[in-house]
Amino acid sequence: MEGGLGSLGGCGGSSGASTNDHTVSRVEVVEAEASSYPVEAELELGLSLGGGGGKGKANAWGERGRILIAKDFPSVVSQPQRPNNNNTSTSPACVFGAVSGTKRAADTVSHEAGSPTAGSQVVGWPPIRAYRMNSLVNQAKAARSEEDKGIGEKDKSKDNLKKKICNGNMISAPGKEKGHLGFVKVNMDGIPIGRKVDLNAHACYETLAQALEEMFFRSTTSLNSIGGEKQQGTKLSKLLDGLSEFVLTYEDKEGDWMLVGDVPWGMFLTSVKRLRIMRTSEVNGLAPRFQDRNEKQRIKPV
Amino acid sequence: MNYFPDEVLEHIFDFVTSQRDRNSVSQVCKPWYKIESSSRQKVFVGNCYAISPERVIERFPGLKSITLKGKPHFADFNLVPHDWGGFVHPWIDAFARNNMGLEELKLKRMVISDDSLELISRSFANFKSLVLVSCEGFSTDGLAAIASNCSFLRELDLQENDVEDHRGHWLSCFPDTCTSLVSLNFACLKGDVNLAALVRLVARSPNLRSLRLNHAVPLDILQKILMRAPHLVDLGVGSYVHDPDSETYNKLVTALRKCKSVKSLSGFLEAAPQCLPAFHLICPNLTSLNLSYAPGIHGTELRKLIRHCRKLQRLWILDCIGDEGLEVVAATCKDLQEIRVFPSDPFVGNAAVTEVGLVALSSGCPKLHSILYFCQQMTNAALITVAKNSPNFTRFRLCILDPTKPDAVTNQPLDEGFGAIVQSCKGLRRLSMSGLLTDQVFLYIGMYAEQLEMISIAFAGDTDKGMQYLLNGCKKLRKLEIRDCPFGNAALLMDVGKYETMRSLWMSSCNVTLGGCKSLAKKMPMLNVEIINETDQMDISADDEQKVEKMFLYRTLAGRRKDAPEFVWTL
Repeated sequence: MEGGLGSLGGCGGSSGASTNDHTVSRVEVVEAEASSYPVEAELELGLSLGGGGGKGKANAWGERGRILIAKDFPSVVSQPQRPNNNNTSTSPACVFGAVSGTKRAADTVSHEAGSPTAGSQVVGWPPIRAYRMNSLVNQAKAARSEEDKGIGEKDKSKDNLKKKICNGNMISAPGKEKGHLGFVKVNMDGIPIGRKVDLNAHACYETLAQALEEMFFRSTTSLNSIGGEKQQGTKLSKLLDGLSEFVLTYEDKEGDWMLVGDVPWGMFLTSVKRLRIMRTSEVNGLAPRFQDRNEKQRIKPV
Repeated sequence: MNYFPDEVLEHIFDFVTSQRDRNSVSQVCKPWYKIESSSRQKVFVGNCYAISPERVIERFPGLKSITLKGKPHFADFNLVPHDWGGFVHPWIDAFARNNMGLEELKLKRMVISDDSLELISRSFANFKSLVLVSCEGFSTDGLAAIASNCSFLRELDLQENDVEDHRGHWLSCFPDTCTSLVSLNFACLKGDVNLAALVRLVARSPNLRSLRLNHAVPLDILQKILMRAPHLVDLGVGSYVHDPDSETYNKLVTALRKCKSVKSLSGFLEAAPQCLPAFHLICPNLTSLNLSYAPGIHGTELRKLIRHCRKLQRLWILDCIGDEGLEVVAATCKDLQEIRVFPSDPFVGNAAVTEVGLVALSSGCPKLHSILYFCQQMTNAALITVAKNSPNFTRFRLCILDPTKPDAVTNQPLDEGFGAIVQSCKGLRRLSMSGLLTDQVFLYIGMYAEQLEMISIAFAGDTDKGMQYLLNGCKKLRKLEIRDCPFGNAALLMDVGKYETMRSLWMSSCNVTLGGCKSLAKKMPMLNVEIINETDQMDISADDEQKVEKMFLYRTLAGRRKDAPEFVWTL
């Protein structure tokens, strides 16, 4: 059966630019194109069957260069494992389509039991309006962060209710990017215009990194194809000629810049405020692999 | 029929309000066409690309109210790429340039920009009503323009839109002279609102009957609002978290006692269930209750609440109500006409309701005619029972979370169950199916579903015959949407003329090929056959044998659209 695998990408809904209907700005076209580029077919299959992920990954990433995350460096906590998808039956599992209708919505708390329904991920299933899905995801997240702090829902004391209000208000807090359906800003060094990615559309670091590569590296092709900024396009691909030159970092709730990938995915989701794809040369010390470019051993908040 | 002067005919036509009836009237003869067209005030355009705004303006110069729908239904589930289309600006622009006296605008699944909102607010002096459903492309700045400039605004109703929140003070933009508001719904806004401005606005709106708040409105403000708007008929509560012993809560109870007119209740985003008893006061009068965004309300508290709602006609709920809770609904809500049970946990693919709840509802609620039901499992026996109990269904949408799951007891396909539904429910107009389904179910649908207008199919059928039964049998079919079914060119091309009698056809992840679509497009010039090409693997020179990932076709008088993005191909 043809897989309805659809598109991968961060932008499910409007991601910032208000649409001018007469002249769709170049940025929006880029967004549209970037967001409609799906994952390489073999990669999708690899992830869903649980076995061939590694193989597919290498192929897809090798061509375009990669953004490094924590696991690429030694002595880093291993990534949360996907639930073992050994089900080879033809019926797709009843896994919810993710917020952006791409990958399954975050199986966020990695220490929870994996989804009881194994099998391939199905885009746009079950058929729930994206708005409703996003609401539930946000509400579930808020509830989970309460649980993380040890507040049960049945606790009726005044203090706990107050804390509930605080946590609830996290979603309505002004300026909080997370309140916007899980979208966080992503900036890449050297590119003046930022993007937004929907973290809820991803269940693990791999797919997030991949989506970002699609967005930022692949976007060179689309920029070329609409005839604009050819210079920038060439410049970017030159940067990718060598080994990976970029590292994915994030700013956490406390304002520190951290390497993406150290903590379990669920914890990452609750603390990330925004992302930055940093030039490795700008990171003040990371891992031995890059010692020839950097002297120090720790990331300094940039 | 030339006995009556035009004015008399026009007066008579004023009493004909439904669009379908007016369409019929206009087809009787030329004079009637002319009079009807010149006097029509309300127009419904189910597909904004089916006709050009200029043609609409030309035919209906007296147009005051228009409803437009844009993206295909499956766009709701992210199957349609962002920027596919549905831009409303050309319509607004055309209305403005032609000095139309537009008063009401209702949009569904369309893209509307802040510029368009600004243009609306400045171009139509009598603009009264803006209803946006599942739209995107605008921000609170656009809302500020509407608030500032539409002096006679009665209705601003935002339902489940994706609105960029600039945390501007759009609510404060309603001038002090604006006292005409009847309906205000901003539940979908994610940001804060100016609470003081909100309270003042409510205080100076004596006609306010419908108010739906967003999560940023806390309980103490709700209480103040209710004190100033005791005549509300429809209330959407915002954030509902507070200490049940506090003074605020007691004031809320006092305020609710005064609200004797509330018939419709929704909201409860972030609810603390122990505060619910306050609302028991208004439950006895409720005809509509929407708790589908309130996962915090469940268990005993929810059942207690339901037991007070004896007059309920419409209920939207999450599946954490469980089969037990649905049995309470069935026992209590004897006037129930419509129910929607949504899944509550997007992470785990488990719904808390099964066929048991569905059967209970059909047994207990004789007036039930519209259902949307997300469930864990279903059986043929249950569906057959439901069909017997409830022959009055007009809308029947069943979504089993595992889309190809067979009968939970017998492991058979669910053909017989759905067959029973379509055979018994002779007035069925809308159907969505799921579960293991073969060509057989389509045979039944083609045979029995004579009134069916819209059908959604996913992961069903075995061969082209399935789709052929459908197209052959359902004479009133208007919208057909299919995903992940093994239907190919033979089915697609069997009766190409049929598509001109329908609004649209969506097929994704099926077996239709590029060649098949091209052939269809060639035979039917009045259709736009759009291929949505996301993978970048297809270009004009692509092999005709290649399967098309997503195809959307619709009848149109406007030719191919000019705003199609690069990834959409009109053949």
